[in-house]
Amino acid sequence: MKQDYRHIRLIIGLGAVVLLLLGKLFSIQILSGSYKEDADRNSTVYETIYPTRGIIYDRNGDILVGNKVAYDIMVSPREVKEFDTLALAAVLDVTPEFIREKMADFNRRKRAIGFQSVTMMRTLPAETYMRFDEVKYRFPGFKGQVRSIRQYPVNAGGNLLGYVSEVNQAYMDRHPGEYRSGDYAGMTGIEAAREADLRGEKGYHIYLRNARNQIQEPYMGGAEDKEAIPGKDIVTTIDASLQQYGQELMQNKVGSIVAIEPSTGEILALVSSPGLDVNQLADIGKYYGEIVSNPYKPMYNRAVQASYPPGSVFKLVNGLIGLEEGVLRPEMMYPCSKGYHFGAGHKLGCHAHKSPINMEESIMMSCNAYYCYVLKNILDNDKYDTVADGLDHWREMVMSFGFGRKLGSDFPAELSGSIPSSKTYNRAYGKGRWNSTTVISLSIGQGEILATPMHLANLCATIANRGYYYIPHIIKDSEGLEIDARFKEKQYTMVSQEHFPKVIKGMWRAVNSGPGAGGTAWIAHIDSLDVCGKTGTAQNPRGADNSVFICFAPMDNPKIAIAAYVENGGFGATYAAPMASLMVEKYLKGETSRPALEKRMKEADLMARVKRD
Amino acid sequence: MIEPNSHQRGLRQSIDWALIAVYLLLVFIGWINIYASIHSTDPASIFDWSARSGKQFIWMLTAFFLAVMILFVIPPKLWEGLSIPMYLGVLVLLVAVIFLSKDVKGSHSWFELGPVKFQPAEISKITTSLLLALVMSQQNYKITRWKDFFLTVAIIGLPMLIIVAESETGSALVYIGFIFVLYREGLSGWWLALFGMVIALFIGTLTAGAYWSIVGLGGILALSSAFMGPSKEFWRRLGIGLGFVLLMSLLPGVISHLGDAVSAKMAFLENRVWVPVAGEKGGYFWSFLADIKPVYIVLAVTLPAVPVLLWKAYQKKDSFLAIAVGAFILGVALVFSTDYIFQNVLQPHQRGRIEVLLGLKEDLAGVGYNVNQSKIAIGSGGMFGKGFLHGTQTTFGFVPEQSTDFIFCTVGEEWGFFGCLVVILLYVFLIIRLILDAEKCRSSFTRIYGYCVAACVFMHLFINVGMTIGLMPVIGIPLPLLSYGGSSLWAFTILIFIFLALYRDEKKYF
Repeated sequence: MKQDYRHIRLIIGLGAVVLLLLGKLFSIQILSGSYKEDADRNSTVYETIYPTRGIIYDRNGDILVGNKVAYDIMVSPREVKEFDTLALAAVLDVTPEFIREKMADFNRRKRAIGFQSVTMMRTLPAETYMRFDEVKYRFPGFKGQVRSIRQYPVNAGGNLLGYVSEVNQAYMDRHPGEYRSGDYAGMTGIEAAREADLRGEKGYHIYLRNARNQIQEPYMGGAEDKEAIPGKDIVTTIDASLQQYGQELMQNKVGSIVAIEPSTGEILALVSSPGLDVNQLADIGKYYGEIVSNPYKPMYNRAVQASYPPGSVFKLVNGLIGLEEGVLRPEMMYPCSKGYHFGAGHKLGCHAHKSPINMEESIMMSCNAYYCYVLKNILDNDKYDTVADGLDHWREMVMSFGFGRKLGSDFPAELSGSIPSSKTYNRAYGKGRWNSTTVISLSIGQGEILATPMHLANLCATIANRGYYYIPHIIKDSEGLEIDARFKEKQYTMVSQEHFPKVIKGMWRAVNSGPGAGGTAWIAHIDSLDVCGKTGTAQNPRGADNSVFICFAPMDNPKIAIAAYVENGGFGATYAAPMASLMVEKYLKGETSRPALEKRMKEADLMARVKRD
Repeated sequence: MIEPNSHQRGLRQSIDWALIAVYLLLVFIGWINIYASIHSTDPASIFDWSARSGKQFIWMLTAFFLAVMILFVIPPKLWEGLSIPMYLGVLVLLVAVIFLSKDVKGSHSWFELGPVKFQPAEISKITTSLLLALVMSQQNYKITRWKDFFLTVAIIGLPMLIIVAESETGSALVYIGFIFVLYREGLSGWWLALFGMVIALFIGTLTAGAYWSIVGLGGILALSSAFMGPSKEFWRRLGIGLGFVLLMSLLPGVISHLGDAVSAKMAFLENRVWVPVAGEKGGYFWSFLADIKPVYIVLAVTLPAVPVLLWKAYQKKDSFLAIAVGAFILGVALVFSTDYIFQNVLQPHQRGRIEVLLGLKEDLAGVGYNVNQSKIAIGSGGMFGKGFLHGTQTTFGFVPEQSTDFIFCTVGEEWGFFGCLVVILLYVFLIIRLILDAEKCRSSFTRIYGYCVAACVFMHLFINVGMTIGLMPVIGIPLPLLSYGGSSLWAFTILIFIFLALYRDEKKYF
């Protein structure tokens, strides 16, 4: 049989098979790169290290928002063995259905999840986690992951502080490349305003893991790891105790209190009521449905978003513009017979007070008729060809106080309010078919004027500063963090500074004239503090009038300017003035001296008056 | 007078030291790779007796002891005489293990004697080889004689069938390798070709389908009959062959086109207000047409030609034509039974493995997991590998059975293509050396036995390495000398050293 060299043929056959093996080996080992990537994906695991979020301090160094430890429960579906669902549910404080649903979902996605862990429950409090930790050996595949979550030592109001929550797809799309699923970000308030500083930088450990997803050792001895960089701490301009006091005053009322330090533009307090309870903030996801369905809209930050008619406090602006335009002099007297009569039997009403009165008294007594004359004189000024020109010029001057536009604060979601222009009325009445009496309610801050409480506080600060303001802001300079230069520039109005003291005198008299003298804001009077204020009673088409008050103190070298706006609160002096006054006293004296008033304010419940949507 | 002893050659000449060197090298490579594959982040010593590398060291020492015994102590002549009783004894063990063993992953093939486990199937390779050598080396043995042929097939087939019954199909597949021994000893190349055809058709039917398998088979047979037949017939047969393949390639397109028309007609008939009732001619005709499959047309064309061609072959004494026709009939029968075999004979896990291998199913989490992980481990090795003990895939247990059946992954990952090349070339050297040594022997017994050893090593190498790189289905058989396990190491040691002893015995005197 040897003659046909069969052994040679067999050896050639062997060679062919071996070439086949070597060819395939060559192709997967040398030619194809995908196996190397697969191997890395297989055997390395990135463990994200979440940085601790920066701490938010108040202006005095007290912590407004801190961090505490919470735990996420993670599941590696591949490692899960049969387990006692009821026992796990009891330990984790959830229903067995919750666990069954989650596990069914994970099992459906098993292929996609692969060796990864997925989050089953988020931010478990430490007590619950400790319970789980004791028995977790009975539940292979389940483990805890430490996370730091927010903690709120002071009830400084959820809308001011804002909440932090897991980013969704829309958020990631808005911030391309910055966030990944599972990251948290500040969504509202200060958390959102300073997200870039607060969030810090994520780090990661790279580990080698085995086929059962068990971590074996650091990859390359940890040389490629990156430590997390904690978020920067920030110092806010908020005074924690003042803020909290404001929250207490505003409870069971709808409205807002904004306090500003005039000499800097720093926001001392920013209260919006009803607001989010800080206890809900840490776990916003759990309460989100409840919050959104609340008819009083607690997420709506009225301090910067609610556009209200300013009411009589706006007389100050008209008075200042009249003075600047030269159509008003402080000694000018106008009559008031319970209102301003115009046209055929029309009247803009006023309350009973002495007549005629000068400018100071008009502020002190908040006379409507006086400002009808003032506005009429401003608009019908011979300087301007038409009343439309007059109105647009008036508008320009009003806007120089910050009205009708966003002030440009560092607080997110600020709205602009609105100040009407000639176009507004041309659209409504037709060009040339309206005159100064048509728009006469602008004189007393009604009609088409809308402003936020922040605008009013800023107006108050502007008057306190005698003619300029700093853009209100909520973040102070702190170590390694300098605020934008625009917050340190004086913003002058179009009204000369010389005119302001004349208005301030009226505001002083409104508060400090003593009982029976006709001052509208006697209730805001505080001994030894020269509080200057102006009440407002703004019509609310949806019910009782809104109670408005702005004031600053002391008169010379003011330390605080404040605006209070209470929906359906009635006269300015009923709620807004006492509250603002208490705030001023609290801030300047550290304590309040009027327990009865304070009690009345805190206990008043106006919620029933407020129309809900 | 010449003393017989003076003719005796010394140890240096009579023993194939190169073969022993390769053997030792492979065992050593196996040992360090077993250590690497069980090595994890807190390494134990390679001699840690509780770990597999330590146990393997004991297996190695005992195997070396066996090797020395076989080479120097046991008289080589003994093997020939013991062939029959050993073969029968192992058959008894093979059957007994089915009833006496525990179920290990569905297979009943392990004896457990305290801490020691062993698999009679491994020893059966040795006894089968010895008996084959004994039977085929008889003076009057002729493989072309049916009686001898069937005896030979029975010797191979009996243990093979029992092993299949143990659900160790993988080990049984190795016995197919004995066909190369038969070929060497005079079996017609046709049997080899036929065997290849069966495997090709099986795979073809499962992947491309029955139709294309039959068309391909017909085409290849027609073309090879053109090349192998008389030269004056060449062009005619070539034309018929090519024409057949071309026409049949177009057929499915035509049929599906017609089929659309037919199903449209069917839909029309079914949507009529009155439903076609029995006896309504149109309805039957159209539904009959819709059932026609291309494969029936191929058969309608080719089967009538079978008697014509056979008659022609008989007339012209054209044996090739006769064989081709026979092969075609066999092939068609196989194609039609493949589906049956696949669905009914193979077990689900085997079916799954074959489906994954053929790319019919992508199942990386299930059956395909092993292959995929194994390919990832080997593929990530690159040219020179990640270095000893630095493989991430094997060290961290991504590859299942990595110290036994998938030991080659460790080689591939830690030593790269270069390491694989070295290992495979060592095997190639081993196999070729066995063949060449066998060829040098005057004793048929030694030669045939040598070929049996070469065939076993080759089959294990091809199936095992092929499995780890996705060329073969996942068939759990060890890589000779490298894989962890005493049964396997002992079996291959005995297998190889019996040959070396026989070879030495020859060289001593000639």
